[in-house]
Amino acid sequence: MTDKQLTIKINGKDIACEKEDTILEVARKAGIRIPTLCYDERLEAYGGCRLCIVEVKGVNRPLPSCTTPVTSNMEISTESSAITRIRRNLISLILSNHPNDCMRCEQTGACDLQDLAYEYRVDGKRFEGEMWNLPIREDNPFITYEPNKCILCGRCTRICNEVVMAGTIELVGRGFNTMPDTAFRKPRSLANCEFCGQCVSTCPTGALTDRKGRGRGRSYEMKKVKTTCSYCGTGCNFFLNVKNNKVVKVTSDYDAPVNKGNLCIKGRYGYDFIHSAERIKTPLIRRGGSFHEATWDEALELIAAKFKELIDKHGPEKSGGFSSSRCTNEENYLLSKWVRCAIGSNNVDNCARV
Amino acid sequence: MTATKTKKGETNAKKSAIKELTIRVCVGTGGLAAGSSDVIDAFYKELDVHGLKAHVEKKCVNKTGCRGFCAKDVLVDVILEGILSTYQFIKPEMVSRIVGEHILNGNPVEEWLVGPDYHTFHDKQTKILLKQCGQIDPEDIDAYLGIGGYEGARKALSLTPFEVIEEVKASGLRGRGGAGFLTGLKWELCSMSKGTPKYIICNADEGDPGAFMDRSVIEGNPHSVLEGMIIGGYAIGSTYGYIYIRAEYPLAIERLEIAIRQAAEKGFLGKNIFNSGFDFDIKIKQGAGAFICGEETALIASIEGKRGMPRSKPPFPVNKGLWGRPTVINNVETLANLPSIVTQGASWYASIGSEKSKGTKVFALTGKIKNSGLIEVPMGISLKEIIYDIGGGMEKNRKLKAVQTGGPSGGCIPASHINMPVDYESLISIGSMMGSGGMVVMDDATCMVDMSKFFLSFTQHESCGKCVPCRVGTKRMLEILTRITEGKGREGDIELLIELGTDIKLSSLCGLGMSAPNPVLSTINFFRDEYEAHIKDGICPAHVCKALRQYIVSAELCKMCGKCFRVCPSGAIMWEPKKKAVIDKLKCIKCGACFEACPFKSIM
Repeated sequence: MTDKQLTIKINGKDIACEKEDTILEVARKAGIRIPTLCYDERLEAYGGCRLCIVEVKGVNRPLPSCTTPVTSNMEISTESSAITRIRRNLISLILSNHPNDCMRCEQTGACDLQDLAYEYRVDGKRFEGEMWNLPIREDNPFITYEPNKCILCGRCTRICNEVVMAGTIELVGRGFNTMPDTAFRKPRSLANCEFCGQCVSTCPTGALTDRKGRGRGRSYEMKKVKTTCSYCGTGCNFFLNVKNNKVVKVTSDYDAPVNKGNLCIKGRYGYDFIHSAERIKTPLIRRGGSFHEATWDEALELIAAKFKELIDKHGPEKSGGFSSSRCTNEENYLLSKWVRCAIGSNNVDNCARV
Repeated sequence: MTATKTKKGETNAKKSAIKELTIRVCVGTGGLAAGSSDVIDAFYKELDVHGLKAHVEKKCVNKTGCRGFCAKDVLVDVILEGILSTYQFIKPEMVSRIVGEHILNGNPVEEWLVGPDYHTFHDKQTKILLKQCGQIDPEDIDAYLGIGGYEGARKALSLTPFEVIEEVKASGLRGRGGAGFLTGLKWELCSMSKGTPKYIICNADEGDPGAFMDRSVIEGNPHSVLEGMIIGGYAIGSTYGYIYIRAEYPLAIERLEIAIRQAAEKGFLGKNIFNSGFDFDIKIKQGAGAFICGEETALIASIEGKRGMPRSKPPFPVNKGLWGRPTVINNVETLANLPSIVTQGASWYASIGSEKSKGTKVFALTGKIKNSGLIEVPMGISLKEIIYDIGGGMEKNRKLKAVQTGGPSGGCIPASHINMPVDYESLISIGSMMGSGGMVVMDDATCMVDMSKFFLSFTQHESCGKCVPCRVGTKRMLEILTRITEGKGREGDIELLIELGTDIKLSSLCGLGMSAPNPVLSTINFFRDEYEAHIKDGICPAHVCKALRQYIVSAELCKMCGKCFRVCPSGAIMWEPKKKAVIDKLKCIKCGACFEACPFKSIM
């Protein structure tokens, strides 16, 4: 064991872990579930929902596991009657300011709050009181914001500031009326928002949803097809959500090695072309001033003939290839191979060199 | 009323040949509001007319004043040939008579002089921090140097940082911001922490309703705070300090700016201060008035330009504070104690106070008390001494019911515990806390449910919204309290308040949430019958909750004065001289005018 390693006990079980880890990280790695709402692996631990509280021997109050680092020989209980009571009260408090309209909520079936309410068997009736009654905000083309469903976990504001670094939204106001919003509560626009939808991807409830996919199917009705984004060379993975053979929306693949669930506007919302009536499905060849559909063989033969003609006329050294940094490595390699071998030129370059 | 005399002796200045004359006028926030700048102008003008040369010295006293009487501003000291006379309630038009009768003819204007209560207020106090407030000109560094200012910093810099820390540890000084952590220990932890640069922050974000200790210290003696920061900075190895002060304190900020400028000119701030090789600079950062920014991690976030919200500890600021660097955050009062500790020694300081709480504490004494104001008392003094000796007893000689310490985070101490000593441990043991030093005295006309509702509405309003228990939990508690005061309390509400309050204390992220339920829980603990009376009997025993007033005149209490009859706007009160009043319920519009008018609380 190195000096960075130590041993702790969770629910009576000895677990070896790293010094810098938090209790939650150690527990998750060991397969011990601790409920959370404000935790997202992509973000700095926040400690806002307080559901991840655990008991630590020798400490007279429960500690949030997401922000508490492990210390040597720590003895932790993730469940107890007192912890359950507090968790139930916390969920109940959240539900006391929540519409609880799961029947028609976009997020039903993929809602962390719904799952926890079910698991802990609570509703919002115990602490009935004032509830937010704010209008749905659809002041932009991509994101629907239903403030009444917001549980103030801060995940949307943190992903916007910590990961995207766009700073579009932040918590505004104080006390019971604190909520995530844009500066001066202006509508989202290209002036203040990138429309990457990262906030939607991390929202644990139905407060932030993809506007284009609303009403087009429940999460559990969708076939999730993992794919790699074709817009650039980064290689982000995501799931195409398919219902009745139509792509309805895109959701994050949090296990994707490259992007860990993060996406930009193109990956998340640029899928309209798939079912577009104007989508070009075959090569087009210009004849007499207008385009005509052609087969791939026809098109490639035409291009090859034109290249040969140019090389014969000017020589291979007058030709070259220039590829995009948005192509994959393999595509870039193929281009360079093709220019050197097929054309016979060393004039190969890539825009990333600029 | 006899003339106020100095303790030494007699008045009767000579009519001719005035050798020495000092006039001190309060120019604290309170004094200025009462018109002290006009009083100063009037003195200048009047003295000019008579060709008198006088040194009109500025004097710092704020709203309640270091001298203690908020209601008696503008207070003016006239020191003629070494004999001090203090006037109260002075207005510009009164100046001419003071100059004519007192200064020129040596006969103080008796009817305007302060009374004996002015002195009894001070006798039980032990002044370390407030000693110079109101004595020296806060805008003149030479005045501070004249009373031995910056000697503490000079001495500290001649010692090793380790020796300074040991001295502060030995003094037993504990953080005056509320939690009472040992200052020397905090410094030691920071000095041992790896990472540079290190920072020292002065927390001047005083936010408790009714608290103004820090403001008074800064307004009255800003250099003592700077000196404390220099000592602290040197001890922990920090060359840069921040003063985080709320923007609502413009006068304090102005005086700090002046003080920093003057200290830099003297070589007490900047490079190689006191020729010791140690560099130290101070920057003022103004807060935007969020209560939560008094919490140290929220304060750090605010200085860093983020939304003022606390984060979980650990890591503690001494390890990972401002910009991720080791940082010590000390309260204004803590820092202002340091010069005296260094110059007079740890053992001197440790000799004041109780076993575990050393030194003095400044309180903002307010509420239903005769002499409200700012007081400085040794730790361990009893509540009784504070209320009856310094405070002069209850207003209108009503009955003491409870004392709230620690502001909205503190708890209520019932009158039965009046002999308890005021120190960190005792206050916590009874469910309250020291807090920053608010002390609200309540009489039997205070409804405890209404009072805890007031404090909870403050904390709910100031919750940062980060964690669920504080944001939603305190809201629900507030709603329950509100319905109780409106006569709509339900069976089980008290139990629900206790359960919710306990869980909020256990599960909140920061000190605000952890202490927000204290006023409710402590009043339920000591005054549960009052809650029950509201819920079960529909009665507010203190007759405060409007919805529970019955508008019946108690035949037992009515003294037949007829005041209610005279104020009733709807002619609902039947009364004749020497007859008890009766309210006609059909005509009564429940406006509450009779209620306010009745001196005997006879309207139920």
